[in-house]
Amino acid sequence: MTAHTSMGLDNRKMAFWAFIGSECLLFGSLISTYLVYKGKSIVGPYPPEILNIPFTSVSTFDLLMSSLMMVLALAAVQRGDMKWGKIWLFSTALLGLVFLGGQVIEFTDFVHKGLTIGTNLFGCTFFVLTGTHGAHVTVGVLWLLTLWVRALQGKLGPANAMTVEITGLYWHFVDVVWIVIFTVVYLIQ
Amino acid sequence: MSAEREGTERHAHPTVGVYLRVGAALVILTVLEVGVFYVPAFHVVLVPVLLVLSSAKFTLVVMFYMHLKDDNKLFTFLLGGPLVIAVGVMVALLFLFLGALTLRGAAGAG
Repeated sequence: MTAHTSMGLDNRKMAFWAFIGSECLLFGSLISTYLVYKGKSIVGPYPPEILNIPFTSVSTFDLLMSSLMMVLALAAVQRGDMKWGKIWLFSTALLGLVFLGGQVIEFTDFVHKGLTIGTNLFGCTFFVLTGTHGAHVTVGVLWLLTLWVRALQGKLGPANAMTVEITGLYWHFVDVVWIVIFTVVYLIQ
Repeated sequence: MSAEREGTERHAHPTVGVYLRVGAALVILTVLEVGVFYVPAFHVVLVPVLLVLSSAKFTLVVMFYMHLKDDNKLFTFLLGGPLVIAVGVMVALLFLFLGALTLRGAAGAG
């Protein structure tokens, strides 16, 4: 069931953009907190000792490619090519899972090196920020897999392209948040 | 009916070729970011260069993958408004905390 606003815009899409706006404020506050406490930890481990740039660069590449897969999935669904729609949707979810696996490996490595959420200000702000982002990626992967299953059941087609587009908006937002986190947390030390 | 409406409302989205070119640009920008991080000569201008590269990636994804370039301007406002507030809060907090530190340092030195 689709409804439209008086401006002729899909109300789900408009509501979703408003939600993305609110998410900007959430991540803005978390990034601000990280920046305010940056360099104020009085015990280690400190960021340069523990952050693994090559590893995180691969994760960043992975998430960027998942965004590409997502738009390819949308384009395929819009033209009614459900075979490739299913392939790209599953590829997007798979790359999201790879990103989450990388985050689990990174967090485990940090804990083994003595950095937990309670160790210092860096640990606290780092785990809250990247953990919140990881939770968003998890929701995105579940959402993508749900769409993929619907596509397998034959319940997803060009008529539901807006559903895929809205899923894509969420996924791309998760990607742009990571673009900021990668620069602010990992590269600007 | 609703499906038909959904189909007709759809804006002209970029082609697959544009999506692939944007993807390639994103990869190149990421390689540049990581490269700049490892080249000592760039360390003097590391922060501004990284912020510019990051902003370019952000803009590419939002304009082409999230379709804001061709979509209704109201969506741009719904993203841009909160984004301006978030960046404003960030800058204000940094001035507040780093400014307080600077003043304290100056008072201590004096």
